Amino acid sequence: MGKSLLNWIDDRFPLTKMWNEHLAEYYAPKNFNFWYFFGSLALMVLVIQIISGIFLVMHYKPDGATAFASVEYIMRDVPYGWLIRYIHSTGATAFFIVVYLHMLRGLMYGSYKKPRELIWLFGMFIYLALMAEAFMGYLLPWGQMSYWGAQVIISLFGAIPVIGDDLTLWIRGDFVISDATLNRFFSLHVIALPLVLLFLVVAHILALHEVGSNNPDGVEIKKNKDPVTHIPLDGIPFHPYYTVKDIVGVVVFLFFFAAVMFYFPDGGGYFLEHANFIASDPLKTPEHIAPVWYFTPFYAILRAVPDKLMGVGAMGAAIVLLFFMPWIDRCKVKSVRYRSGIYKANLGMFVVSFVVLGWLAMQPVTSTITLMSQIFSVLYFSFFIVLFITSKNEATKPVPDRVTQ
Amino acid sequence: MKKLLITLLFAAVSVNVFAAGGAKLDDAPIDIADMDSLKRGAQGFSDYCFSCHSAFFMRYNRIGKDLGMDEAELRDMFIFTRDKKGVPTKIGELMKVAMTDEYAEKAFGTKVPDLSLTARARGADWLYTYLRSFYLDAYRPTGMNNTVFPDVGMPHVLSSLQGLQKAVYKTEEHDGITTEHLEGFELVQPGSMTTAEYDAFVADLVNFMVYLAEPVQNERRSMGWKVLLFLAVFFVLAYLLKKEYWKDVH
Repeated sequence: MGKSLLNWIDDRFPLTKMWNEHLAEYYAPKNFNFWYFFGSLALMVLVIQIISGIFLVMHYKPDGATAFASVEYIMRDVPYGWLIRYIHSTGATAFFIVVYLHMLRGLMYGSYKKPRELIWLFGMFIYLALMAEAFMGYLLPWGQMSYWGAQVIISLFGAIPVIGDDLTLWIRGDFVISDATLNRFFSLHVIALPLVLLFLVVAHILALHEVGSNNPDGVEIKKNKDPVTHIPLDGIPFHPYYTVKDIVGVVVFLFFFAAVMFYFPDGGGYFLEHANFIASDPLKTPEHIAPVWYFTPFYAILRAVPDKLMGVGAMGAAIVLLFFMPWIDRCKVKSVRYRSGIYKANLGMFVVSFVVLGWLAMQPVTSTITLMSQIFSVLYFSFFIVLFITSKNEATKPVPDRVTQ
Repeated sequence: MKKLLITLLFAAVSVNVFAAGGAKLDDAPIDIADMDSLKRGAQGFSDYCFSCHSAFFMRYNRIGKDLGMDEAELRDMFIFTRDKKGVPTKIGELMKVAMTDEYAEKAFGTKVPDLSLTARARGADWLYTYLRSFYLDAYRPTGMNNTVFPDVGMPHVLSSLQGLQKAVYKTEEHDGITTEHLEGFELVQPGSMTTAEYDAFVADLVNFMVYLAEPVQNERRSMGWKVLLFLAVFFVLAYLLKKEYWKDVH
């Protein structure tokens, strides 16, 4: 019965074909390590966000007069509304943690290099869409930090010469952040950007499955195939091997996720900012406006530059440069394991500067903080410059033919 | 590498800063699971806060459900109002107050903030310190000022309990610049409570306000460990399953 049903479907829809192509006969390198959990985790968090979001939208009111109260209604009166809201808010933070680690994995093992440039580009567009999604979602609780954070970020577009003011007006739909802004951000947050994200994720995975996964050794497993079966010698079917392995990763991840959600839902004021428990008030600017933690490194770069337009440019460049990684890095060796000490130090410095910049943006502005922001912004950008210069003729170690365990 | 992940996860959580207007805050000795303390706090809230301040996002019967009080107890503690037709306020209603913003502007020069979420916006330590930091200041319309919230519009409604205190400053000189630092308070006129009794009263009140800001706290904590326990067991099974499958990968 099951078999004939499957045949019936397969005659009309490539179900078995897709299953095999993407899971049962998708051969992944057998030497994936800890860092390779974050791709599947990112996919899972996306699903968590979509499902919890669907339930939140059932009770949330995208209206300047009632939005804030509707969130508290969800927290107090909707059965398990608090749980769904905390899943969604913790999910936002988890999404960025997972995506940042996923991107760092790509940098460490050269996963953006030929032939995986498009996977990287799709990934960067996902990151961009995710930032927009998070930014617009953060306006919806309609608290003070929602309001003033959006005010600050949207005003950045005003720095663009000639069209700046008209552009900010067009984005807000009003002269200040208002009900009109809330409504359009709601629409973009729940419809437009999730669609874009889903499309990009599909493209990201299709591109990955076309060329095959990289691995911690940066060895192309398709170069060593079994002469008879044509299966890569170092490859194992994604299902069941990596599905059962990823379940372990998922459980560990959910453990941390639940610990935060049930015991530190506001993350000490970093996941849910304190000022956001005060309803938005266009007449009262909070003392200290800081974006949510996942935007802070770029915010620090913005603040480090005294000129507003230049600051916006630097902040944009900090993200745009990442798109060009496949061409900035000219080294043929993929994995950090077989690259020079210079590269290792350079990448380490990049990670440190990213984390430190993130911390700096959360501090109130003082001359020391500004100076440190400037130093670490320079270090952030120097990663790309040093990489471009040194990667062409890098003193690399010999890369093995087969993956190591 | 795992260390890096853990550091990233908890770097954000470990540093805890509240924008506090400069004053040093005392640790609020509160325990959200202490039902007796919450009930005392609820009584204090009803007696001293809930005439001017609303708790607009909260319903009376939610307090009853969470603190184990029946309708009669709730009415006795909180509900003394009727609607225009004379029908007593229902226990499922939101905790509003009769004072209008216009009246408050005239009386205190500012709107009276709703207290539903104050503990989440300001923090328990801020509230605990604030309610114990009123001091005599002849230049203020109410005759009182506050070190945590300078020039606050709120009168010291708890002065009959705490008494009246004056701020004691210490003068320091650094490089020819003299600065005054708050050293503490000195009780000028005792109230009906001793300092220890008053601190305990404020702690109960703050405890209740912390509950008020997020009524689900106790439920979320008790659900939390069950979920974590389930995941811990699930982990063992998932790990064994993985190990079984991966036996044949070399």
